[in-house]
Amino acid sequence: MADYTYTLLIPLIPLFVFLLLGLTGHKMKPLVSGLIGSTGLGISAILSYATAFKYFIGSHVAGTGYASIKGFEVSWLHLTDKLTIHLGVLIDPISVMMLVVITTVSLMVHIYSIGYMKGDPGFYRFFSFLSLFSFSMLGLVLATNIFQMYIFWELVGVSSFLLIGYYYEKPSAVAASKKAFIVTRFADLGFLIGILMLSFNTGTFDFQTLTDPNGPAIASAGGAAFMGMSVLTWSLIFIFIGGAGKSAMFPFHIWLPDAMEGPTPVSALIHAATMVVAGVYLVARLFPVYALGAPDALMVVAWVGGFSSIFAAVIACTQTDIKRVLAFSTMSQIGYMMLSLGVSGYGGEEGLGFMASNFHLFTHAMFKALLFLGAGAVIHAVHTNEIGGMGNLRKHLPITHITFLIACITIAGIPPFSAFFSKDEILVAAFHNNKLLFAIEYIVAGLTAFYMFRLYYGIFWGKNTKYDHTPHESPLVMTIPLMILAFGSVFAGFIPFHSLVTSDGLPFESKIDWLIAIPSVLIGVLGIVVATVMYKKENPLPDKVAGTFKHLYKWAYHKFYWDEIYLFVTRKIIYRYISEPIAWFDRHVIDATMNGVAGIVQYTSYAIKGFQSGRLQQYAFVFVSGTVVLVLIFVYLV
Amino acid sequence: MVNEVMFYLIGAMILIFSVLTVTTRRILRAAVYLLFVLISTAGLYFMLNYNFLAAVQLTVYAGGIVVLIIFSILLTSHLSERAVIAPLKQSILSALATLAGATLTLMTILRFAFVPNTGVDPQLNMTDIGNSMVSYNRDGYALPFEVISILLLASMIGAIVVAKKERKIKE
Amino acid sequence: MIQNIPLSYFLVISTLMFFIGIYGFLTRRNLITMLMSIELILNSVNINFVAFNRYLYPQQLQGHFFMLIVIAVAAAESAVAIAIIINIYRNFKSVDVENVDEMKY
Repeated sequence: MADYTYTLLIPLIPLFVFLLLGLTGHKMKPLVSGLIGSTGLGISAILSYATAFKYFIGSHVAGTGYASIKGFEVSWLHLTDKLTIHLGVLIDPISVMMLVVITTVSLMVHIYSIGYMKGDPGFYRFFSFLSLFSFSMLGLVLATNIFQMYIFWELVGVSSFLLIGYYYEKPSAVAASKKAFIVTRFADLGFLIGILMLSFNTGTFDFQTLTDPNGPAIASAGGAAFMGMSVLTWSLIFIFIGGAGKSAMFPFHIWLPDAMEGPTPVSALIHAATMVVAGVYLVARLFPVYALGAPDALMVVAWVGGFSSIFAAVIACTQTDIKRVLAFSTMSQIGYMMLSLGVSGYGGEEGLGFMASNFHLFTHAMFKALLFLGAGAVIHAVHTNEIGGMGNLRKHLPITHITFLIACITIAGIPPFSAFFSKDEILVAAFHNNKLLFAIEYIVAGLTAFYMFRLYYGIFWGKNTKYDHTPHESPLVMTIPLMILAFGSVFAGFIPFHSLVTSDGLPFESKIDWLIAIPSVLIGVLGIVVATVMYKKENPLPDKVAGTFKHLYKWAYHKFYWDEIYLFVTRKIIYRYISEPIAWFDRHVIDATMNGVAGIVQYTSYAIKGFQSGRLQQYAFVFVSGTVVLVLIFVYLV
Repeated sequence: MVNEVMFYLIGAMILIFSVLTVTTRRILRAAVYLLFVLISTAGLYFMLNYNFLAAVQLTVYAGGIVVLIIFSILLTSHLSERAVIAPLKQSILSALATLAGATLTLMTILRFAFVPNTGVDPQLNMTDIGNSMVSYNRDGYALPFEVISILLLASMIGAIVVAKKERKIKE
Repeated sequence: MIQNIPLSYFLVISTLMFFIGIYGFLTRRNLITMLMSIELILNSVNINFVAFNRYLYPQQLQGHFFMLIVIAVAAAESAVAIAIIINIYRNFKSVDVENVDEMKY
């Protein structure tokens, strides 16, 4: 058994950088803080690559699967003999994969931010928060037990709150960060209930014990039941609610579009590549329990994922803000990943969905981060987020143009770019399990290609907008990450995931099912063609189509009014009937009691203040009468 | 017989003059009434055959302290000034407290049966008193004597310092 | 002389004088009259000592000497008190006890 204790450094280095920059960053020159942050992440990245190499290739014996290893564990909180909370590092195919993803994307974002955030007064604050986020996310994926994961889950939420509200002087940014935190916190309530139910039923928090096919978790599936589903199923559904909140699945998706108020590198790191896949990671981590013990919960996962992806795809077709289109695209792609997990079985060929979900997670991180960073470069050049204010930028921003185009082709699923492989596997898995879900995902693939190319043409082709000042290409420090990520999104498809990351750790053979692959490529190409016809040159066709589907267009443009519904429920129901009475009670009963106590004390002190009047005869009088009374009591009455 | 009459007379003088001391409005007269009280007390001591104590009482109390009080009255008020009577509430309350206390004390004292030592009347002469005052044997009172002398010294110095006129600071 | 006069008569006199002195102390406004009331109190205590000494312990001299000590203390204390009263008169221009109330809340 190889020694993986050094992996403890991977999350701890960003933590140290966070503390260093947070406490002393204001004294440094901005560039120094940026370099410190990037160097810290760079070291973590190198360690992650070394771990991946060692785990997948170096210490691997051919023919056997990949076992999950506890690299490090320490008992943090020992409450009773049965209830102990450990902290540690778990090395496992998916955690190693996530290490590579997180550190790579975070490193790219760090380098990019040195250029993007230049001139901002809170430069060092940004980098310290980025390091905090990296620490939290790395801790989350390396968690050995579900409680540790919950701790880091909340830490990730806090980092996201801090980063979305980075421009804290803008009220919209503050509101967005509050919304994100509150919505995900609300979902985390479900997560906590699920954790408690699960650990109470099985007696353990530990992942290795929970996911053991012969362990107590699966065995308890036949146990107590409630309303037709076993307790295990209920607890897994609750846990999934927590995951759905973090991953912006319907109906917890409302925070993701507003989270675009944060700086673009933040959107790239958190809301495209890492934090939002935490929910997918959670289900993947507990996958054996889901697949073997609670197939009903898996159905819930699949349908939520499927519905979210088509919901988001329809909305994305009508949005005009670059970052919002990309946000809904993220939601849609994560729907893909959830669905893929939901239709998967356990072991061998059955576990294709599991493998495909993780594969898609990997490739999505690459191209989505690339898309966001590219959008950031565009926004940096023209100082606006709206498509309407852009056009014909391919002449001015060549590198951004090429990398953005590569990312758009990737997301459309055109071979040989990476997303073709991952998306194809998902479609195959869906086809073998549930034809309706397959149909939904098939349509979504077409819509994805359509709206991404609509965005692409709107930015880089289209009308010849007059700009106040000529947009210039971004500096090298911003374009190099773009190029690295483009390289990743092109070639990542060739990584043999089917032998590395599988549902039970054993490799299986996988080949391209041309029966599914060819139609999926065709619908992607169809989407591209329709977008080209409608958007490449400026013409009235989009408005005519919007006019024909007037109502659908209006509803999709307003995101199906879900924000308004939530606001209504919050304001009219929760505020009026729950919050206001409680606030009244707090102000008039509890505060009144405290004020009353203070008032009584004050009144009493005024009343007995008169004893110290300074008048000698009064003192003597009190003395004499007190003596008389005491004598009376002690001599005659006692 | 004579003793009883004398006793009642002296007791009545004591009580009447002490009441007058605390209630009269004229301050100088209050001092004189106090003088009479002290002289009557000395008479009481003479009755008990304690000549030395009576003499000390007359000398120190009646002769020294009352003179001091009269001097201070003359220094701090003019002759026709009338003392202010305390407000009614204060008088009533203090009268009540006093009455309560007096009743309590009298009840306690009168219930207790003191066993008088019916022995022979001792003849105390000055030699005995003087010897025991300066002797440091078991029955000697040399220590209290010394302590009192220190107290007197301290109070003398204290009184002089307190009553000194403040020296004006020369500009 | 002591055959027909029980001890309690002396004690009654001294008690009454004591409480008259207390009444005077609580009621009088002039500082010097308050001092006179204190002398009454001390005097009553003296009578008490002497009476007890005479009736209960005629052979011993403790009552004597305590009475002498009380007289000495009374003298010393009234001297110092009058010095203070003179000082107060200089500062407040009156010897009313109500004027001496600076040490209050």
